[in-house]
Amino acid sequence: MRKTHQHEQMSIVMAGHVDHGKSTVIGRLLAETGALPQGKLEQVRAQCRRNAKPFEYAFLLDALKDEQAQGITIDVARCFFKTAKRRYILIDAPGHIEFLKNMITGASRADAALLVIDAKEGIRENTKRHGYMMSMLGLRQLTVLVNKMDLVNYDEAVFERLRKDYTEFLARLQIHPVSFIPVSGMQGDNIAASTGAMPWYKGPTVLEQIDRFQSNRFPDTLPFRLPVQDIYKFTEQDDDRRIVAGTIETGSIAVGDAVVFQPSGKSSRISSIEYFNGPAKTRATAGEAPGFTLDTQLYIKPGEWMVRADEPAPQVGTRLRVNLFWMNRAPMVRGKTYKLKLGALRSTVKLVEILAVLDAAEIGVDSAKKQVDRHDVAEVILETPKPVAFDLIGDIEQTGRLVIVDNFEIAGAGIILAKAEKVAATTEASTLHPAGAHGHTSKFAVSITALTGVDNPDSPVLKRLNSQNAIVTMRTTVEGGGEPASLETVFEMLKQQGFILDYQI
Amino acid sequence: MNSLDRLEAHSVHILREAYREFKSLVMLWSIGKDSTVLLWLARKAFFGHVPFPLMHVDTHFKVPEMITYRDQLALQWHLDMIVGENTLALAARQTYPDGALSRVECCKSLKSEALKHSLDGTWPRKRMDHTLGRLADEAKPEAFTGVIVGVRADEEGSRSKERTFSARDSHNEWDVGDQPPELWKQYKTDFAPGTHVRVHPLLDWTELNIWEYIDRESIPIIPLYFDQGEGKRYRSLGCYPCTTPVDSTAKNVADIIAELRGGKFANIAERSGREQDKEDGGGLETLRRGGYM
Repeated sequence: MRKTHQHEQMSIVMAGHVDHGKSTVIGRLLAETGALPQGKLEQVRAQCRRNAKPFEYAFLLDALKDEQAQGITIDVARCFFKTAKRRYILIDAPGHIEFLKNMITGASRADAALLVIDAKEGIRENTKRHGYMMSMLGLRQLTVLVNKMDLVNYDEAVFERLRKDYTEFLARLQIHPVSFIPVSGMQGDNIAASTGAMPWYKGPTVLEQIDRFQSNRFPDTLPFRLPVQDIYKFTEQDDDRRIVAGTIETGSIAVGDAVVFQPSGKSSRISSIEYFNGPAKTRATAGEAPGFTLDTQLYIKPGEWMVRADEPAPQVGTRLRVNLFWMNRAPMVRGKTYKLKLGALRSTVKLVEILAVLDAAEIGVDSAKKQVDRHDVAEVILETPKPVAFDLIGDIEQTGRLVIVDNFEIAGAGIILAKAEKVAATTEASTLHPAGAHGHTSKFAVSITALTGVDNPDSPVLKRLNSQNAIVTMRTTVEGGGEPASLETVFEMLKQQGFILDYQI
Repeated sequence: MNSLDRLEAHSVHILREAYREFKSLVMLWSIGKDSTVLLWLARKAFFGHVPFPLMHVDTHFKVPEMITYRDQLALQWHLDMIVGENTLALAARQTYPDGALSRVECCKSLKSEALKHSLDGTWPRKRMDHTLGRLADEAKPEAFTGVIVGVRADEEGSRSKERTFSARDSHNEWDVGDQPPELWKQYKTDFAPGTHVRVHPLLDWTELNIWEYIDRESIPIIPLYFDQGEGKRYRSLGCYPCTTPVDSTAKNVADIIAELRGGKFANIAERSGREQDKEDGGGLETLRRGGYM
């Protein structure tokens, strides 16, 4: 008999604005799935009676003294419960803006998300921000719980209006929620059972919905990517293996496969797959953390990617166009040296260009900002001193992500949109609104694809090109087809943005 | 991959990350089931080797079988094992069983203090001498700044809020409210000089996962966890004056798994037999802020 169903486990993150009732919903879920230790519920009820406070399910979660004192969830707390289908880890992410990095920690580990909105208060800043963060973190399964329905007399119109508004907002982020459920954590409506309070709602309860979420399968059909975490040679007890170790991000590999290390470009062949206390392996796939021996003695360093020679190679370059969110109090500024962590790679990195700064709560664009502040989302160009290997987020999500370390802290996290050319400037032209043409604002990207006559090819800034008499070949494209803007139009707009251009066409 | 495979790979990744990033690394081994699984995972991560020392803090109130089992495994698996203790408190009989301290004070003295001074190398330690086949005084105890600990998030409230890589300041204190983000297998591995860091590779494991893994891998586990015919067994191992066995007839790993899945312990906290947790309102959290693991 297969035992896998016994082992099936899923992580779900709980997000939403502060005070919208996440903890109450979680407390209710734990109580109704019988996940609370014996006597716990009675103990909390008794405590409430003693202190003459009405009992709340949220109190169950207040495991730490600090948290009770402040009345807000300050950190990611994990709770465990199970249904007939599988076991769950419920990650309680804090709703307060101060604790965004905790919310990110919770959400990045999850297979799916429940986002709570207060029916009475409606969509608030962090309702939007959390939606945006989930999109960047790659969470695609989202169910929205419209909570505190008891406070709006279980009114269907309130629920429908919130559903419409938030669906529209999420659509702008390319997120399409799986479902919306009207609930009351306090009264227990539609959490584990429908209770009959909202006969107009025909959809699943929260418990039914989470059982319907799909477990994220390991991406073993993508190209093979192994971040080389370390190379071991333990000589004790006459061990002479030289083992390349790491956790396989994507794809699969077999003994005998030809491999290439990037960015060094060195190549070899898999001689064996090493795994302690298990049957000999001839094949390894995404999610596993085995070791490999090679059939040639290569000098490789931790931080390289091991990829298969017969599959698409990763990008290699020094300039990355990245969508980045910033968590540190100190802003990210140009010229300062930061530390980059990308897969197993560690490198220094600098911010060379800020293309746009997005206000995550309002999804507005501010392209004039000179630094990336705490809680900003920015599109930037980062530059490393030596070439690094990476994938684009659109190609392989798992290996198209990076974090930035500032002053010993993980200060920023980003997804890689494109490899930026060595000497080129790219402007994502959502801020460029050409008048005329079709009578609407078309979004077009301008990229300078070739440059000649530049004395200093390492100087990346377009502004400087003028004085060096650069000859620029420029191509414009319009998203969704249509007539491209003329070069005159584009150059005029670049000028308006502060670029100094002297051009001839 | 099933859940156990995922948990194993995740823990292996964290152990390798710790080994890569910390020069002076040590793993705590309490001889209990969790830290023995952790030790097994280290052998997984490093292909049969354990490339850092293990540390056991001996309170001298451990059940004697634990010490025998500890020394046997250390010799058999070629473990570089260090043993520390609070020699002064033990000599002066300043303990709970001697009637001199409360349970929490005793934990603080024999565990937290002993651990702190064993880690920083200021108190004498013993180390397994594999040629002699026994413990011997350590000549020059070095200080460790990275400590691998087998705590699990499902054990109790404060442990559920831990990070995988968690810094303690120079007073060994833990700022629960301001913890670093962890995402996409990237952990905080950069620290100001002198920072003490705890690494927690088992956070995502549940008590049931631990037993399922022990079963799958046939990890040798101390028999105190099994009923020896008297209808009692230990569910969580600590010092004998403060740990009560539970009523159970589980005689082997399979029995324990059945008991946890659907039986009598499905809804009873694992540490319910550990008396120091109950002594004041937030016993374990108070202890943990002061350096208890």
